[in-house]
Amino acid sequence: MAYSEKVIEHYNNPRNVGSLDKADPNVGTGLVGAPECGDVMKLQMKVNPTTRVIEEAKFKTFGCGSAIASSSLATEWVKGKTVEEALAIKNTDIVRELALPPVKIHCSVLAEDAIKAALGDWKKKQGEPEAAKTVEAASAH
Amino acid sequence: MAIKLPIYFDNHATTPVDPRVLEAMTPYFTEKFGNAASRNHEFGWVAEEAVENARAQIAKLIGATPKEIVFTSGATESTNLAIKGVAEMYREKGNHIITQVTEHKATLDTCKRLEKYGYEVTYLPVEKDGRINLDQLRKAITPKTILISIMYANNEIGTVQPVAEIGKIAKEKGVFFHVDGVQAVGKIPVDVQKDGIDLMSISAHKIYGPKGVGALYVRRKNPRVQLSAQIDGGGHERGMRSGTLNVTGIIGLGKACEIAGQEMVAESAKLFKMRERLRESIMSRLDETFINGSMEHRLPHNINISFAYVEGESLLMGINDIAVSSGSACTSATLEPSYVLKALGVGEDLAHTSIRFGLGRFNTDEEVDYVANRVVETVSRLRELSPLYEMAKEGVDVSKMKWQVAAE
Repeated sequence: MAYSEKVIEHYNNPRNVGSLDKADPNVGTGLVGAPECGDVMKLQMKVNPTTRVIEEAKFKTFGCGSAIASSSLATEWVKGKTVEEALAIKNTDIVRELALPPVKIHCSVLAEDAIKAALGDWKKKQGEPEAAKTVEAASAH
Repeated sequence: MAIKLPIYFDNHATTPVDPRVLEAMTPYFTEKFGNAASRNHEFGWVAEEAVENARAQIAKLIGATPKEIVFTSGATESTNLAIKGVAEMYREKGNHIITQVTEHKATLDTCKRLEKYGYEVTYLPVEKDGRINLDQLRKAITPKTILISIMYANNEIGTVQPVAEIGKIAKEKGVFFHVDGVQAVGKIPVDVQKDGIDLMSISAHKIYGPKGVGALYVRRKNPRVQLSAQIDGGGHERGMRSGTLNVTGIIGLGKACEIAGQEMVAESAKLFKMRERLRESIMSRLDETFINGSMEHRLPHNINISFAYVEGESLLMGINDIAVSSGSACTSATLEPSYVLKALGVGEDLAHTSIRFGLGRFNTDEEVDYVANRVVETVSRLRELSPLYEMAKEGVDVSKMKWQVAAE
């Protein structure tokens, strides 16, 4: 399969690889996918509780080149955004940016799920009702 | 010696044509272009003589007689002809066929079609090492069984089946025995007499011959096998396969068999050494790597390794100057991980991480070292990226975790 230049570029130089401290109350962790499906993404974000700005984002991904590129791109995009702005990122934005072919769309879906899972985890730690907020944020767009 | 990139380590998929094979074929494209079926002029006789010479070369390699070789367009056609041809011819005798789950799709899909026509097919499971259980085979045979079809060696994991034992059982029970010999013929000793084979599919392009040509061995005595032709028109190949003979391809197949016969012993020893060098070099430097398939009953030029926590397609992407194959779902058209590995009981998580290395005649030790280094480097890099590797290092049993699967 031929990959787009952007996928290859992210694969060769993945951004923000690594891990943050899971126990930190300001760090949200999202772990999505399954090994038997061939992809697992771990996305972590450190959020400033006052400004709600995502100050740091790290990922680790088990998966094909497109999955690695999708999660690498996701960390790039969420950094500097507020929680609400990050939750508005859609998998289709990732598909467009990376020029993913139809068989790789699930990689972008997984990346969107990872963002939502990580921020959901952060909200839980902050004592916010995660589900309701997510729906609100999503419906606002 | 400088290494030329990309490196080809996918010799189970296809092989380059040996220059000696090409040389033998060349005159038959231009000045010796005759139709082997033209019986009344020099052009036809020259072509026919070359075809008969090729028939003898192939027969010699597998212990057959020239009249038992039927030319086809390749092993897929050979397998179709063998299975459908026997099924149709012996319909009165029975409607039961036995095969096994790790066969090539040419066999499995042919059997599936016959099931639609009222035939019954038993798909034997395989043991952990990829071989069938002979007791299970014996028990599967019924008075209605007309054919057993088992491959000599598997194209993904290189597992060699106990062919001679299966041949013995088939003979005992009076059932025909078809063998997909594609990966074995020309690579390891194959003898239709010693192995008790009644029908065998052969491909040219897996043994340094051209694509688009193959053969089917059809036993003529003890027992004589009759086939219903699947392609009609002209009655070529003693009525079993009509169509003008692919003279150049057939000459190429013949020459490829002749070379294989002369060089097999030395070549398989050389490839075995290279394979072991590759295996040791990779596995001594990486933890959590697993060999798929039997080491004892294995083609000398094959190794199939799972690299836990690294997805196969991303690994291929990292070693894109090396041609190998992966059992990962992402590299298959169906998005399913390898059915062969699944049949061995390899978990889907590990099937996604498997790479098949297939060495061939033109590979070198320098290439082996280069490939081993690239693989070690890339797996290490991707493991740094892998959340699963990180969890495993933290002592989490990844296989026991509950995973939240994306709803799609």
